[in-house]
Amino acid sequence: MSREEPMKNHSDNKTRRMLNILIGGEAGQGLVTVGQILAKALVRGGYSIVVTQSYQSRIRGGHNTFAIRVGVDEVIAPRESVDLLVALDRDTVTLHSKDLLPDGLVVLDGASEIDGDSLLKVPFKELAQERFSNIAALGVVSSLLGLDQGTMAGTLDDFFGKKDATLAAENDRVLAAGVGWTTRHGTSSHKLSAVSDHHKRLMMNGNEAIAFGALSAGLRLYSFYPMTPSTSIGLALAGQAKRMGLIVEQAEDEIAAINMAIGASFAGAPSMVATSGGGFALMVEGVSLAAMTETPVVVVVAQRPAPATGLPTRTEQADLEFVLHAGHGEFPRAIFTPGSVEECFHLTRKAFELAERYQGPMFLLTDQFLADSYRAVRPFELEDLTPVRAGKDVAESPPYQRFAITESGISPRLLPGMAEHLVVADSDEHTQDGHITEDLSMRRQMVEKRLRKGEGIRAEAMPPDVVGDPNPGLLLVSWGSSKGAVQEAASLMESKGERVATLHFSQVWPLVPDQFMSHLESARQVVSVEGNASGQLTRLIRRETGFDIKKKVLRYDGLPVTPESILGELNR
Amino acid sequence: MVTIDDYGDYETAWCPGCGNFSILKAVKQALVASNLKPHELLFVSGIGQAAKAPHYLNANVFNGLHGRSLPVATGAKLANPNLTVIVESGDGCNYGEGGNHLLAAIRRNIDVTLLVHNNQVYGLTKGQASPTSAEGFVTKAQPQGVPSAPFNPIAVAVAMKAGLVARGFAGMTDHLSELIQQGIAHRGFALIDVLQPCVSFNKVNTFGWYKERCKTLPPGYDPTDWEGAMKVAFEWGDKIPIGIVYRGNRLAFEEHFPPLREGTLVGLDVDPVILKKIMNGYG
Repeated sequence: MSREEPMKNHSDNKTRRMLNILIGGEAGQGLVTVGQILAKALVRGGYSIVVTQSYQSRIRGGHNTFAIRVGVDEVIAPRESVDLLVALDRDTVTLHSKDLLPDGLVVLDGASEIDGDSLLKVPFKELAQERFSNIAALGVVSSLLGLDQGTMAGTLDDFFGKKDATLAAENDRVLAAGVGWTTRHGTSSHKLSAVSDHHKRLMMNGNEAIAFGALSAGLRLYSFYPMTPSTSIGLALAGQAKRMGLIVEQAEDEIAAINMAIGASFAGAPSMVATSGGGFALMVEGVSLAAMTETPVVVVVAQRPAPATGLPTRTEQADLEFVLHAGHGEFPRAIFTPGSVEECFHLTRKAFELAERYQGPMFLLTDQFLADSYRAVRPFELEDLTPVRAGKDVAESPPYQRFAITESGISPRLLPGMAEHLVVADSDEHTQDGHITEDLSMRRQMVEKRLRKGEGIRAEAMPPDVVGDPNPGLLLVSWGSSKGAVQEAASLMESKGERVATLHFSQVWPLVPDQFMSHLESARQVVSVEGNASGQLTRLIRRETGFDIKKKVLRYDGLPVTPESILGELNR
Repeated sequence: MVTIDDYGDYETAWCPGCGNFSILKAVKQALVASNLKPHELLFVSGIGQAAKAPHYLNANVFNGLHGRSLPVATGAKLANPNLTVIVESGDGCNYGEGGNHLLAAIRRNIDVTLLVHNNQVYGLTKGQASPTSAEGFVTKAQPQGVPSAPFNPIAVAVAMKAGLVARGFAGMTDHLSELIQQGIAHRGFALIDVLQPCVSFNKVNTFGWYKERCKTLPPGYDPTDWEGAMKVAFEWGDKIPIGIVYRGNRLAFEEHFPPLREGTLVGLDVDPVILKKIMNGYG
């Protein structure tokens, strides 16, 4: 596989091929609105984006940011350094000026007492009433970037709709006022280069891609208890429930959510639950129930910093070991750890397929960064995608045995109520026909039968992605949402003449050493990059292969892994 | 026609003299009277001696976790409303471990019949207090007597205007069977609290103790009168009223969902046109 060329920030005609825009303000100022509209207009203009949302656990006030890294070429990772800082409040300037690049620009309110170089002070009060000042800022930024104003205005109108004509007219007027003012007083230092090959793209974040993947896979019942950063999966599904024919139910707690999903799946409705660490802790007994009753269920765990309530709105990768070991007893599972929004879609589908085929719980492990990270995504090829089919509804010749012992460990799964056969499932150890038993030789056979399904799951395990030099001096090992950051860090090192490769796991369980040992062994140095404080994948690789990755680059301050954070640690 | 033989006759793991035997008999009678075939039924249970009951008749069964029967039953009913779903488990399962789910099931008014074997003691774990044990009830785990007040399921369910609220007694099988039939026929949530003796661990609330106290509600009692039902819900002493205490008239939960107005969630295809429209909505 080849890697993208390292990005060039300044092209010859002084326009930019890549920029990092950071919009900051208090919760309630409409900065996410501005961020989403700007991001959407960029995607519609053919640009690639990676959005990083950083917010506090409060509804009003505080300090939040919405960062859009935008490029003519594909953008795969967030950056910490800022080209264009859009300050909707004073704190944004104070907190983020240190990240501003030497040729960066700060857009702020003209009424601000802050003075200095690189400031574009906009008289927002003259352009709009206070509640529209975020739209004025949008006009300013879109003019600075040199965006097509038709695309911008169209995106703004689509976002708010045309139902309230007065509001729509005022939005349009304020946007134009922002653009007009900037044309007269702004600079042309931050114009984006034009896009040459303009493909149709979607703007989706990780959670939306999971929701859409689940819809395409045939999801019929989604039960959830709200928990950041997983909640927006439910919101994306609830909006489509009526026309797609599924039920989205807010359960009384996470225990109910997973048990409801299991009940629905048992009766024939493909089901999914999503939560974060604390909610997943409550679901864990249900995970074991799904395994014992061999009921398909897809479980999404969107990680955030823990223990306990931790940092509710920030990101971390510290629940790999938790999800790997969740549930008492021994049973097989697969854990997918998407590295991009596209992978969120595809791996959700894969989780549904495996859950149905191997009749048990399958996992997607994401995190706040990816959950909230909008990207420009090529439309998915939907034509060849088939939904999962729950069980079989036609009885085989009697007597039907739900847990018949087979070579693959997979028993015929009929659904209750479809014909005269009876389906009996038990959380107790059971006989082949599903009834409670304390026959200890049957116990042994059932344990072995369930574990045999693990061999099939293992045979289907996806190999990790290997990118870069086949004989690297340095191999970076990573998993989950840091995929782009790690690959970009490697590109930056390669551009300085180093021989670097990356080994990225978008599925962390089962691990199949034959798929990656040669890469670990052939690199001069292996370094793992993880968003946790102890190196959980590092430990898992050692446990499964004996290979000890000695150097780890770890981030656990609640922020996503970035190319800068990796290079900073490596150069220490 | 369905006969009682269709439901089979199985050896059980219960103590001789257990109230569960007559409850099982009442259940089978009710199923026959309701003309339900075994495959049209789904029994969901939790953990405890009562929760084993569904293993002793012919039906579809999901015997899940302690306290979690109601969410499983809710999910199954939503997936396939054609199934007659009955939850059968004990007082510990439904009023203790799964208390939150009871409140939610009543609020939802899901069309599930909840049959609670209530013997005021934990049997399977050998004799600890249950949520319905009387204050002062002495056990090995509560040697000074239970310090908490007992949970009153009837009062809670009536206060919340549950779909159908009934109390039966294991010693009055035909009466109990009638209650179960009405629970099954009711479109919406039905709670049937069944008083029963535990011959091994409850030496206070014995068969005789219940038999002396359980009296059917008088003819002419109006279960749709909520205020009257609230009064009856608190009658517990020398006389314990049994029968249909309250009957509400809310819409059943599953009737709120458009996909279920046309059938079940089972075996549906994904409409590629709508899917594509949804995708393009992100453009």
